[in-house]
Amino acid sequence: MLRKMLDNIGKKFEKGGKLERLFPLYEAADTIFYTSGKVTKSGSHVRDVNDLKRTMTMVVFALIPVVLMTMYNTGFQANSALQNLGATSVEGWRGSVLSFLGIGLDSGSIFENMMHGALFFLPLYLVTLAVGGFWEVLFATVRRHEINEGFFVTGLLFPLICPPDIPFWQAALGISFGVVIGKEVFGGVGMNILNPALTGRAFLFFAYPAQISGDSVWVAVDGVSQATPLSQFADKALEMTTSWWDAFYGMIPGSMGETSTLAILIGAAILILSGIGSWRIMLSVFVGMVLIALMFNAIGSETNPMFAVTWQWHFVLGGFAFGMVFMATDPVSAAMTQKGQYIYGFLIGALVVLVRVVNPAFPEGMMLAILFGNTFAPVIDKIFVNKNIKRRLLRNAK
Amino acid sequence: MFEEYLSLFIKAIFIENMALAFFLGMCTFLAVSKKVDTAIGLGIAVVVVLLITVPINNLVYHAILAPGALAWAGMPDADLSFLGLITYIGVIAATVQILEMFLDKFVPSLYNALGIFLPLITVNCAILAGSLFMVERDYTFVESIVYSTGSGIGWAIAIIGLAGIREKLKYSNIPDGLKGLGITFIAAGLMAMAFMLFSGIQL
Repeated sequence: MLRKMLDNIGKKFEKGGKLERLFPLYEAADTIFYTSGKVTKSGSHVRDVNDLKRTMTMVVFALIPVVLMTMYNTGFQANSALQNLGATSVEGWRGSVLSFLGIGLDSGSIFENMMHGALFFLPLYLVTLAVGGFWEVLFATVRRHEINEGFFVTGLLFPLICPPDIPFWQAALGISFGVVIGKEVFGGVGMNILNPALTGRAFLFFAYPAQISGDSVWVAVDGVSQATPLSQFADKALEMTTSWWDAFYGMIPGSMGETSTLAILIGAAILILSGIGSWRIMLSVFVGMVLIALMFNAIGSETNPMFAVTWQWHFVLGGFAFGMVFMATDPVSAAMTQKGQYIYGFLIGALVVLVRVVNPAFPEGMMLAILFGNTFAPVIDKIFVNKNIKRRLLRNAK
Repeated sequence: MFEEYLSLFIKAIFIENMALAFFLGMCTFLAVSKKVDTAIGLGIAVVVVLLITVPINNLVYHAILAPGALAWAGMPDADLSFLGLITYIGVIAATVQILEMFLDKFVPSLYNALGIFLPLITVNCAILAGSLFMVERDYTFVESIVYSTGSGIGWAIAIIGLAGIREKLKYSNIPDGLKGLGITFIAAGLMAMAFMLFSGIQL
């Protein structure tokens, strides 16, 4: 029935129809429900039915545990902060929605935490989808390329790396920059040089430094400021209040999707088993991080407490795990050659620790380290491609 | 001592990257970054020329131009530092000319590899900036060697990275209005954003 309906509408969008210019929109709606009718029939290279659509959908699946933990933890942080304040209701529209539904603010209740967190995550997600989707559709219609599922991934990743308190207009601005400058000016999905979600986030980071970092944004309650564990490490005056296991499960303040290493590892397992995320990149990012962290531990420093942070902590804090699994492995902007992927991953892992430890300007380095890796991925690839060419020339030179 | 030089070296490469933190040498940076191979050639040429001219200018400055430097000639009150700009350019042009003749005669393979880039970078602002920064920050002779090598390598890394990106962009579907230099500016801007990673590192 749906097929018939789509076909009926489809006629209007075909060449010569009334709504010809909006064909990409129809095409997108059609391929969400059905596999594209146009498939390669005689390709000798096709080994699998895995296409862009399925790849991107798998990433969205892998993100589901992260999203669930995001909602739970955002709500948990907000509710426990409210309990400490002794407040019984929340101001603003979120409070009205909660009291309308009769949902309390008990940080012990999983359901109530989930609902409170969802009120932060879902609107942000919707804003991202709407604004990003608008640009995507605009470019697709004007430039006649397809809208594809790649956007769902960007649109889901972006809110996950934002702090819960971010104003909607900033999120809209960030995703606009990410989608337009990060992706569409290069021609859309598969042609960008940097990860669009990270580009948007980095833009926000430099455009509104006061509002997007610092201590007051990580807990979604007005007037409550709590430092992330990472800045607790960096500042000797602050006492470390979190245990490693809390950080591993994700019960810490931070950017929404980045807190729970456990949920991220589940996602990593899905990506690796389905062959979509590159295990080479994940492994080498991890190895790079461990080696440089051990190096700093060995050097030691009297004045900088970050030198003493062990690799276990680097792993669970900040955006490291999230970036390693979902950002660094982005198949478009990462290195493509297998050996190149090791170098690329190692570079990112090493830079993260380097920036966290010796750069007092940024407590967190994952975002920019990945962008830096992205900029040099083409050169790394080029080196290995040239090496392969040389080797084959030698082999056949007899 | 050694540590100071090392941190100056790292600082010159990454934190104060000539191309992506100061946006110097943009004309060649944007124009000659179509292919990785030529970018490598130009990068090496910039390193070599910086490495030669900055220490020479350092000697010239401290022996002749700096306030009171002419005391050895019996003129302790002379201050010729207003001649700095024109002197540095002259020194750079002369050095590059001599270097070119030297390479042509003795190392023809390198001469051919560098080709047009050698005379071209006489007018590269990154080269002049190297000398000017050296004077402004009052580097010693050894420091000027370390600084010029570092900033040259930093510039080379940046242009090689940009060339890699531009080779990849050949396969992109860029809007007509942005083809060519337009998208290169955007790519360079995004690269500079990624290089902000190092801004603020205290060494």
